[in-house]
Amino acid sequence: MHFVFRPPGQAAAGLLTLPWRLPLEHWTDERLVEIRQRGLSRHVVRFVAEGGTLYALKELHERLARREYGLLRRLHELGLPAVEAVGAVVDRGPDLDAILVTRYLDHAISYRSLFANPRGGQHPTDRLLDALVELLVRLHLAGFMWGDCSLSNTLFRFDAGAFAAYHVDAETAELHPSGLSEGQRHYDVDLARERIAGELFDLFAAGQLPPEVDPVEVADDVVRRYEGLWDELTREESLHPDDQQYRIAERLRRINELGFDVDEVELVDADTDAAVGTEGGVEGGADGEAIRMRVRTRVAEPGHHRRILYTRTGIDAQENQARRLLNDIAAFRAHLERETGHPIPEVVASNRWLAEVYELVVQSIPDELRGRLDEVEIFLEVLDHRWFMSERSGKDVGTMAAALDYFENVLPQVPDDLTGTP
Amino acid sequence: MAAITMKNIVKQYGDGFPAVNDVSLDVQDGEFMILVGPSGCGKSTLLRMIVGLEDITSGEMKIADRVVNKVAPRQRNLSMVFQNYALYPHLTVFENIAFPLRLAKKPDEEVRRRVTETAELLELTEHLERKPANLSGGQRQRVAMGRAIVRQADAFLFDEPLSNLDAKLRGQMRAEISRLQRRLGVTTVYVTHDQTEAMTLGDRVAVLRKGVLQQVGSPRELYEEPANLFVAGFIGSPSMNFLPATLDSSAEGTFLETPLGRFGLPDKITAAEIGDRDVVLVGIRPEHFEDASLVSEEKRARGTVVQAHVDVTEWLGNELYAYVPYEAPEDLAAQLRDLSRELDSDQLRTQAVVALDPASMISEGQEAELWIDTSRAHIFDPATGENLTRDEERVAALGRQAEQARLRQRQAQAGQAPTGQAGNGATQAKPDQEPPTSPD
Repeated sequence: MHFVFRPPGQAAAGLLTLPWRLPLEHWTDERLVEIRQRGLSRHVVRFVAEGGTLYALKELHERLARREYGLLRRLHELGLPAVEAVGAVVDRGPDLDAILVTRYLDHAISYRSLFANPRGGQHPTDRLLDALVELLVRLHLAGFMWGDCSLSNTLFRFDAGAFAAYHVDAETAELHPSGLSEGQRHYDVDLARERIAGELFDLFAAGQLPPEVDPVEVADDVVRRYEGLWDELTREESLHPDDQQYRIAERLRRINELGFDVDEVELVDADTDAAVGTEGGVEGGADGEAIRMRVRTRVAEPGHHRRILYTRTGIDAQENQARRLLNDIAAFRAHLERETGHPIPEVVASNRWLAEVYELVVQSIPDELRGRLDEVEIFLEVLDHRWFMSERSGKDVGTMAAALDYFENVLPQVPDDLTGTP
Repeated sequence: MAAITMKNIVKQYGDGFPAVNDVSLDVQDGEFMILVGPSGCGKSTLLRMIVGLEDITSGEMKIADRVVNKVAPRQRNLSMVFQNYALYPHLTVFENIAFPLRLAKKPDEEVRRRVTETAELLELTEHLERKPANLSGGQRQRVAMGRAIVRQADAFLFDEPLSNLDAKLRGQMRAEISRLQRRLGVTTVYVTHDQTEAMTLGDRVAVLRKGVLQQVGSPRELYEEPANLFVAGFIGSPSMNFLPATLDSSAEGTFLETPLGRFGLPDKITAAEIGDRDVVLVGIRPEHFEDASLVSEEKRARGTVVQAHVDVTEWLGNELYAYVPYEAPEDLAAQLRDLSRELDSDQLRTQAVVALDPASMISEGQEAELWIDTSRAHIFDPATGENLTRDEERVAALGRQAEQARLRQRQAQAGQAPTGQAGNGATQAKPDQEPPTSPD
């Protein structure tokens, strides 16, 4: 037996005592965990809790396991949202395939579980698709062809009411460092369309799809959303010299808003470029002075806000969550400044917010409800709850009162198996 | 249904390396074409250019009569079979097959008809109402094929579809794919690195090496009339043996002096054709050796008997392999080693592999008399790899024969198929179609 894993391997060391020489489906180890509502897989997949972490184990051909291990590591290095490959176990004995070990995403949710447990009577289709499309675009910008983009191959995390999507299964993925061809992108999107329609047909057959959702409509919508986002991020624009500066700034702002960074802006004389014969059909200005803007968009992860929040508070949150927490910190700082009558440094405000607001709420989450959602999401829901309660009662109820009411009346309604962490 | 025509196709990556270099290949309507070669030969890249996944650097790709160089994959109406197939657990087999038609919003009546026809072809009719969980591995693969068939694609494309299956399922699926392809008569391009798979499945096989097309022809043509050293070494298992030889002309005639002994020059080549080459390589397949004591007098005369030291033997019941080491000049030995490495072969190149009748009593360490069917030997130019003994007339005849066999088979299938075509349109072989006079 041969166990390859990435350092630091302390956690992986605990996995060494698992019965690797038996076929995965025959394992009876007490560390095995059943995850309900997980996605479908072509291979035997089981979950193991070891040292407080949950691992997903997938049995597959050694060549595929090594390949997927390499690709997941690469995705990780590039900062793309994907599950983390912990290791691969090969040479397990005659007739046994390899096992790929990945770390299960904490508080991750599968689409099946989201459809089976709609919160507040709202089906998540819209936000789910946005997250999936964003993930696909990020992968494409980084030169990854997914080869099997589907809801089953994605895990979702709550991200301040929206979702963040994570790439789970890199078995069919391909990395093209020099970028994807148009054909590869189209093929990938076509495949996503098919797979998503198939999965929704399947949910329908299982009685879990709300009647107003039409699988084909949704699948077509994925293509539209993808094309919209891709165009927004990559299209070439023809600019007139007069409003050049403004248009460039506007475009960059828009791209940042969408959660992406700009790697390079290239300005080309429209006439010169036309002479080279580039396709695209952007018209040059009548006076021949128009220029063409090409924007090379880069994947920004872990996003701008996420990075700032982490350096200021040590909280590791999703991008939207981070944006909202930073807003809360800014509001808290303004409140402190008003109260003290003098400027408060950012770092002081952040530290006080952490101790006096955030941690107070998080520490008072009842233990039995702690795993229902991730802590940041709970904190943000408490902020929303405070707003609702204050509006209802006509005065600010304060964060702690809102938190206690939320723990009593709202959080218990979240199904305890909605997110996969035991 | 469509022919696929590739003209001077080049794929060059950013670093300038041509992954596919000036390949011209016609896949005829309804033909089963295999692309084969060792890893890095460009076979997958070529397939991906047919699908539309890779841009074509130069050259022309046609499907039916349409140039598709700039056409998006979906618009090419091709089907990548087995690629990322997923069966949905709550959908019946019927719906699992029907789902591409549902996605295309086809009317229920048409969906029912096409799925029923497809299921009949795949012998899945009685399972249509079952769920995938209740199917065997082979049946699930057939449902996946059903999904490709029901689409009415113009051609099927397979990219090493069996490489991840276990040996048993691989054998089953190979037979299944072959049977279905013959039955449907759908133009098929199939990529594999496995020459056995290539030889058993294809109407014709295209052998690629470092992006360059080496030879395209029927399996039999590749085996019997390889164009060069590379194809000769790649096709056949165990591989052809290559013996260095010098020409020896004397009053008795012209002979080839090899490490295994002196042979008469095969009839198909003259000393003049060998010309002033100092050394040539004589290619003899393992199966063209025999234990001389088991060869009839009459047959003996057609070949040559040599004395050889047998190093190791392997008795497999239906066959006996004997290994005969020989000496070769260092430069040729190095060349043969390189070839072996390129073919991903672990065969030692300065050791002849000999397949004998299992009744033979030849054993390890013995000086044995081996008969060689020299009439079937080939002679190669070591510098260019060219096969100097290739018989062009015979190549043409083999090509005609293979094409006629394919058309006969299709006619027979067309007459026999219960539902005609499962929605693949006009796939009947045209009985009046003239087979081409040359295979390529």
